[in-house]
Amino acid sequence: MSETAEQLSTFQAELRAWLEENCPQEMRDGRNDETTICWGGKNWNFTSDAQRTWLQRCVTKGYTVPTWPVEYGGAGLSREEEKVFHAEMARIKARYPLQSFGIWMLGPALLHFGTHEQKLHYLPPIARGEVRWCQGYSEPGAGSDLANVQTRCEDKGDHWLVNGQKIWTSYADKADWIFALVRTDKDAPKHKGISFVLINMETEGVSTRPIKLISGVSPFCETFFDDVKFPKEQVVGTINRGWDVAKYLLTHEREMISAAGGSMGTGRPLGAVISDCETGVSDPVLRGDAMRAEVDTLAVELTLERYKDQAEAGGSVGDASAMLKYMGTELNKRRLELLMAAGGSDALEWDDGRAPNWLRTKANSIEGGTSEVMLSILSKRVLGLPG
Amino acid sequence: MVKLVATEEEVMLADAARGFLDAAAPVAHLRGLRDAGETEDKALWKSMAEMGWAGILVPESAGGSDMGHAAACVLAGEMGKTLATSPFISTAVIAATALRQVADDRANDALARIASGDVTYALAVDESAKFNPEATQMEARREGNGFRLNGSKGFVVDGGNADRLLVLARTGEALTLFDLPADRAGITREAKSMIDNRDAATVQFAEVEATGADVLGQVDDAMTVLKPAIEAGQAALAAEMAGVAAGAFGMTVEYLKERKQFGVPIGAFQALQHRAAHLWCECEVTASAILNAGRKLDEDPENAALAVSLAKARATDTVQLAVQEGVQMHGGIGMTDAFDMGFYMKRARVGAEWLGDYGYHANIVAQMRGF
Repeated sequence: MSETAEQLSTFQAELRAWLEENCPQEMRDGRNDETTICWGGKNWNFTSDAQRTWLQRCVTKGYTVPTWPVEYGGAGLSREEEKVFHAEMARIKARYPLQSFGIWMLGPALLHFGTHEQKLHYLPPIARGEVRWCQGYSEPGAGSDLANVQTRCEDKGDHWLVNGQKIWTSYADKADWIFALVRTDKDAPKHKGISFVLINMETEGVSTRPIKLISGVSPFCETFFDDVKFPKEQVVGTINRGWDVAKYLLTHEREMISAAGGSMGTGRPLGAVISDCETGVSDPVLRGDAMRAEVDTLAVELTLERYKDQAEAGGSVGDASAMLKYMGTELNKRRLELLMAAGGSDALEWDDGRAPNWLRTKANSIEGGTSEVMLSILSKRVLGLPG
Repeated sequence: MVKLVATEEEVMLADAARGFLDAAAPVAHLRGLRDAGETEDKALWKSMAEMGWAGILVPESAGGSDMGHAAACVLAGEMGKTLATSPFISTAVIAATALRQVADDRANDALARIASGDVTYALAVDESAKFNPEATQMEARREGNGFRLNGSKGFVVDGGNADRLLVLARTGEALTLFDLPADRAGITREAKSMIDNRDAATVQFAEVEATGADVLGQVDDAMTVLKPAIEAGQAALAAEMAGVAAGAFGMTVEYLKERKQFGVPIGAFQALQHRAAHLWCECEVTASAILNAGRKLDEDPENAALAVSLAKARATDTVQLAVQEGVQMHGGIGMTDAFDMGFYMKRARVGAEWLGDYGYHANIVAQMRGF
């Protein structure tokens, strides 16, 4: 769908006025990092009144999920309007009102594979920030070999019964629900016996254990399923074809991680951040490295835009999303290395706050498929190389 | 907002260009010119002009096809893939864009002659081994109602064969752009033997007379005319470099599928797969920067500088990687003159320097991004 220039500029003017009136000053610092994100969910503690107000106001307009259809809690924005939306948000350095795995991953998968009833049931609470989701994909024996899922899910007539273990489940200890890959046919070839299921974390037999990382925090958990029963209708897509949903969702995850750090799209230029630091751009080597990173960042951002435009024009992005994931995450690691270098010894103190973000980025090129898996996908499926 | 997706018209243009260039100007054509000691093919340029390429930025009223900068980038990219030898960037992009800024009767007449392929141009700016127009020292001394030009320009791309020269010279504190016939008395051209077998010359100016009619735009205000022209040229050159990268990459991927060692195609080895896939990623990212630069030049030319420098920086980086990986993955045969990869490598090196190297453009990006 495409608007006339006039419609678009009307939308822009109205949006700008609405943002000016409704976005609290405290939410205009351009920060979208792990410490300032509003994840939502039943047990969410707002970090400030402003964070609560900003979320509530955005919910009334559908701006937490601007491109989702209005009936599912979105604002129904077209691609052109979405660009305007992000540009206007960036203009006042507004934080995102809500971020979550529900928005980034489950939402797109449900919109594509879910029934109308499932969409009506699960999407609006995500849009309102009422239900927080986590992702149950990896297992101790299923990392890069993700389809080697061993968590068993048996059909018990009127319900499913699950036993097994997930690992690297982001924020499982804080989530209300989990979407997970489970094996529903142990005799089928490994890609053909997997289903994509939705389980309430309060169900009896579900437990979690946080994993402490090198950054000192525990964003990831182990999740255990011990004789967990759940209703038959909580399967997305066709039974035993969960790999299709998983692949689709991974595409979104890769796009999301590639734009990770939040600041990549809307934040301040790398150089401006570096020049704030004491050593700053007076160091010609650092400045040179920062210039290179800035050039690459802008070009990767444009590629993200180009792929979105392509998708909107009916072209498929498909396996090329592996490129966005690979390039985006490697770049993000470079950016955080530069910020640490610019910070000098100041950045080495835990209280300074830069170190955890820097360490966190090291997982970017592992989670959601390693850089090496991405390159293998590209070489086989895009370049057609043998093997 | 800029739309980063090729239009139907651009896709058709690319297809048509590819068909023509594969037949009329494959790499073997460049090799033939080199072996014959020539740096141009006038008949080839005439054919390009007949297809509307020379007039791609010329208004329809002056006989052009007026398809815009993004379309010019499409053509430059296709020419890059086969290393086609033509004065396209100098004449159809840089000179045409400069003349359009003026758009008086004389300029319109010149635009018509560009579109018909009857006149070619070269841009004479460089005075040292690095591109830096603002540092121009060559003097155009005021004398009576006119000027006298004295000095020398180097790396005048297409300058050995061009009919006319766009010459940047200092008029006191300011800069002025002159549009002179290459055979004006006092001008001496020396064609240089370049690594890419393309035309580049050193041009000497000894008491060259110029009148007000030879000035393009206003006296003491070269940049109003020249800045858009240079940016257009930089974007098209970036597109050509991306095409050179694509050409080298295409050859390399084919070779990975064909060449067998240890009983298997070498493309089955993960060490090479990952290098090839990485290179593909770099090419994809650069393609976005180039499409964006073309769109910005068409839709918001006043504010295209960042987009153009981003494209030229990225393309320079990517093409260097593509040709180096190209040679390495071909192994010994990639080093031989009989094989085409060397032509790609040498063209890439020249394209990397012309109109500003990586550092020049990355610095512009950095400054415009606040550092």
